[in-house]
Formats: sequence, structure tokens, C-alpha cells
Amino acid sequence: MYLKKIILFLVLCAVTVMTLYPVLTVVTVSLRPADRLLSTSLEIIPDDATFQNYVTLFTDRPFARWLLNSTIVAAAVTIFATALASTAGYAFSRFRFPGYKVGMSMLLITQMFPATMLLLPLFLMLAKLGLINSYIGLMVVYSATALPFTVWQMKGYYDTIPRELEEAAMLDGASRFKTFYLVILPLAAPALVITALFSFLTAWSEYVVAAQVLLTEDMYTLPIGLKQFQSSMTTEWGLYAAGSIVVSIPVIILFMKLSKWLVSGLTLGSVKG
Amino acid sequence: MNSERNFALWMVMPAAIVVGLVVVWPFIYNVFLSFSNMSLLHIHDWNFIGPRQYEKVFSDTAFYTVFGKTLVWTVLNVFFHVTIGVALAVILHENIPGRRMFRTLLILPWAIPAVVTALTWRGMFHYEYGAVNLILSKVFHQTPIQWLNDPIGTFAACVITNVWLGFPFMMVVALGGLQSIPKELYEAAMIDGASAWQRFKTITLPMLVPVLTPAVILGFVWTFNKVDIVWLVSNGGEPADQTHILVSYVYRAAFNLYRYGYAAAGSMIIFLLLVLFSVTLMRKTREKAA
Repeated sequence: MYLKKIILFLVLCAVTVMTLYPVLTVVTVSLRPADRLLSTSLEIIPDDATFQNYVTLFTDRPFARWLLNSTIVAAAVTIFATALASTAGYAFSRFRFPGYKVGMSMLLITQMFPATMLLLPLFLMLAKLGLINSYIGLMVVYSATALPFTVWQMKGYYDTIPRELEEAAMLDGASRFKTFYLVILPLAAPALVITALFSFLTAWSEYVVAAQVLLTEDMYTLPIGLKQFQSSMTTEWGLYAAGSIVVSIPVIILFMKLSKWLVSGLTLGSVKG
Repeated sequence: MNSERNFALWMVMPAAIVVGLVVVWPFIYNVFLSFSNMSLLHIHDWNFIGPRQYEKVFSDTAFYTVFGKTLVWTVLNVFFHVTIGVALAVILHENIPGRRMFRTLLILPWAIPAVVTALTWRGMFHYEYGAVNLILSKVFHQTPIQWLNDPIGTFAACVITNVWLGFPFMMVVALGGLQSIPKELYEAAMIDGASAWQRFKTITLPMLVPVLTPAVILGFVWTFNKVDIVWLVSNGGEPADQTHILVSYVYRAAFNLYRYGYAAAGSMIIFLLLVLFSVTLMRKTREKAA
């Protein structure tokens, strides 16, 4: 029995090292002084470690501006998508209304849209409306991709909450909306958290859409900014690595803090019906 | 009863309006585009030309090669995601010291923004300074591999990156499934003298299938359409537009080559292929369940 545990422990250690290694290389490169970014050494913390790359990022490059842009867009999309999904998901879970069936199958079907399916027409429409290179343009496209999944996700979770709870609240004289707001919504907290997390993640780290919608450097979001450091001519590895760390850290903290909700909040099991 | 229905409609309305404007309307627009000759040259004076764009897509030999690559890409990724994810979940489900720490650390790739993952791995596949070749030559004394100058090397690089990025999702789903298996089943099996492998095959796996099936179908669809990793690791399809899956191929047609009508038709074809796939897949699993 002990032997088995030791073997499994070692396997886990090996996989974890492989998983963490890429992350560690980024940390290493971000701490290297600029004159020896390209190095063939495999050490983790260089002897001459420096935070110069991080300083350059904020003093020499519009990185702070990109941070602001990303924050605005991601926050707006998160609030918007979570709010709309929390109500629509509830209706889909509890009521059969005209358009219910069409709505449900549409939510599933949109998951099969390739990115270009909505991006190209939205891009042409935004161009016509003069919304290219704007926050709103980007928010529109992100909401389009986030909403169907978030609604589906919320519906799945509401399905697991027993109806008796609402019936009891309504017998006590609470209105439909009050019941939803005061009884059901607090119970759906795990799903709300996961839905918000996913919407935020999508908007925060999206590249493919932003690369087309954003044109000038002052409007870039973080992913486009990062790619900028890794152009085909010269790659500024130090700045790229430092930037990557700054981009990843808030997301990693959020994710780790919320990871205990992942198993309960993720209601994929209910996809089957 | 009427007020119930009104309440439901009011709850759906905001989302429905937004989805109508940013999903349904663009979708209809895309259908129109796919029957037009719109491109950067014909942006205002475009015409409907019938199914000609579809004919163009289907008569392109590149389309079939890319389609084949997309299938290989999807199957390889989903296969590794599921096997690695389930294996790790089973190990983490055992009573091993530090399992909570391991679980947290192993979710890390899911938490890291995809753009960082892709660009970092691209750096790691660099011929001279990339960590992958350095480890190959320094630790294992192998000759370094030309990852990013070779179509197969680049494709492999994309797959490795995406496997690294995607296994935690399946691991979390599998962990959720494992928690719902009653312990008594294992105890009974132990009493009957079943080996670890027999227990896995007759209890764990069958109990996991219903939990994993929706995740696998979604994983299949998402991987099929996963444009960002392929695009960023291969730097837009390099070398020489050899590294594409269908979505990145269409993305390039739309935004680098400005062939709007052609790209719209391409999107429609990908979409219809996926609908066909998932309908058959779902029907198959339902038959099995019945």
C-alpha cells in the first residue's frame, strides 16, 4: 500500500514539475538583465536578477494604458454578461414560454459557431457604425461570445435548486421577482461566481478579436500589447516575460481563490438535459 | 398564469434583445455575405452571386488538407485531455499527502491567459534558445528539433501547447464525477477480490462516462474551433501557411486576405460540419445509454 502511494506521489510530482516549468521560465526571463535575455542556461533565478524589465514596462511603454483598457473592457463584459445570464437563465430553468425551445437550441448551436462566424459580420457592422478601435466595439463582440454559454451555465445550476423553495417563499407572500432576488440568487452564488470568472477570463485574455478591432497603440488591450513585444523582427523577451507575469497574476489569484467553487459551480453534467 | 408568463418574458427580454442584436443578426448577415462577392475591392458595390463562394471553398485543395489537419488536431487534443485529465483525477482522488496543493498547482494552465500560454510556448520552441531544445540536448543528449521551421514540427508544437493548456478542465470535470461515486461500491469490489485495474474498469470508468460525455462533446467542439493557440504558436500559419486548422484558415481569408464572401462561406461550412458531428455524436451516446 505504501509503495503504491509513493509511486503515485512521485508521478504527481513529475507531472506538476512539467506543468509548472513553462511558468517558471517566464519568471526567469522576466528577471534577467537586458544584456543577456537570450541565454542557454537552465537556471530558475538568475544570479544577477533585476526588476528592470518591470520598471521599463511601466515607464517606457504604454503598458499602464493597456492595463486600464483591459480592465475597463473585462469589467464591463463581466457585469453585463453575468447580470443578463442570471435572469435569462432563471427563466429558462423555471418557465416554458413562447420561444423557449428555439432559445434553448440556439444557446447550444452558438457553441458551434467558429470565431469568424460572428466576428466578420460584427467587424463589418462596427466599421459601418464607426465603432472600430473603441471599447464599445470590443465589448459588443465579447458579449456575443460570452452570453450564450453563461445563460446555459446559469440555467443548469438553477435546475439543481428545488422548486419547493420558491413555492414556500411565494406562499409567504413574496412576489415572483422578490423570490428570485432574495431566495434563489443567493443560492446560485457558486454558479454566479463561475459565470463571472469565465466572462472575465474571456475578455481579459482574448487576442483574435482584439487584433482586428483595435487599431492604435493607445487602445490596445494587454494581449495585443504582449504580442507587440514578440514581433517577427526582434523579440523583446524581457519585456514580454515581465508583461506576461503582470497579465497573469490577477487571473491566477482569482482562479485559485475560486477554484473550490469550480467543481460545484460547473454544471456541465446537466448539459444532457 | 398570465402573470407567470409575463414574468418569464421580462426575465428573458434583456438577454434576448442583446443576443438578437449581437448573435442572431450577425449570423443572418453572415449567411447573406456567404452568397455575395464582398471583399476589400467590392466593399460597397458587392452583389449576390449565389453559391459560388461555396463552390470555391470546396474546389480548393487546401481546404481538404486543412480539414484533415483539423480532425487530427481535434482528436489528438481531446484524447490527451481526457486521458491525462482522468488519470490525474484518479490519482488525486487517492489519499496522497499534499493532494490539495497538487490539485491547485495542476489547475494553473487553465488559469493562465491563452495568449500568454501560446506566446510562451512559442518561445520555448525556439531552435537555439528555447527551453524544449535546451532540455532535449542538455538533459537527454538528443539533437535539437527544428520545431517552428517545419510544418510537422509546428503542428506538434501547437498540439503540445494545447494539451498543456486543456487537461486541467477535464481533470476538474472528472474529479467532480469521482466524488459522486459511492464508496460502498469499491468496498464491495474489494471484498470480492477485484484488482485495482478491475475496479477502475468496472466501477470508475462506467460511472465517469455520463459525466465526461458532455464535457467531451463540448471539448471536441471547442478544440475544433480553437483558433488562438494555432494562430499564435504558428505566428499566423507559418511556415508558408502550412499550419492551419479550418478556423485559422478562414480567419486569415477574412482579415489578412480580405476575402469576406469566401470567409463567410467558410464559416458556414465549419458550422454545418460541427452540427453534423455533434448531432451524430449525441445520437450515438444516447443509443449507448439506452
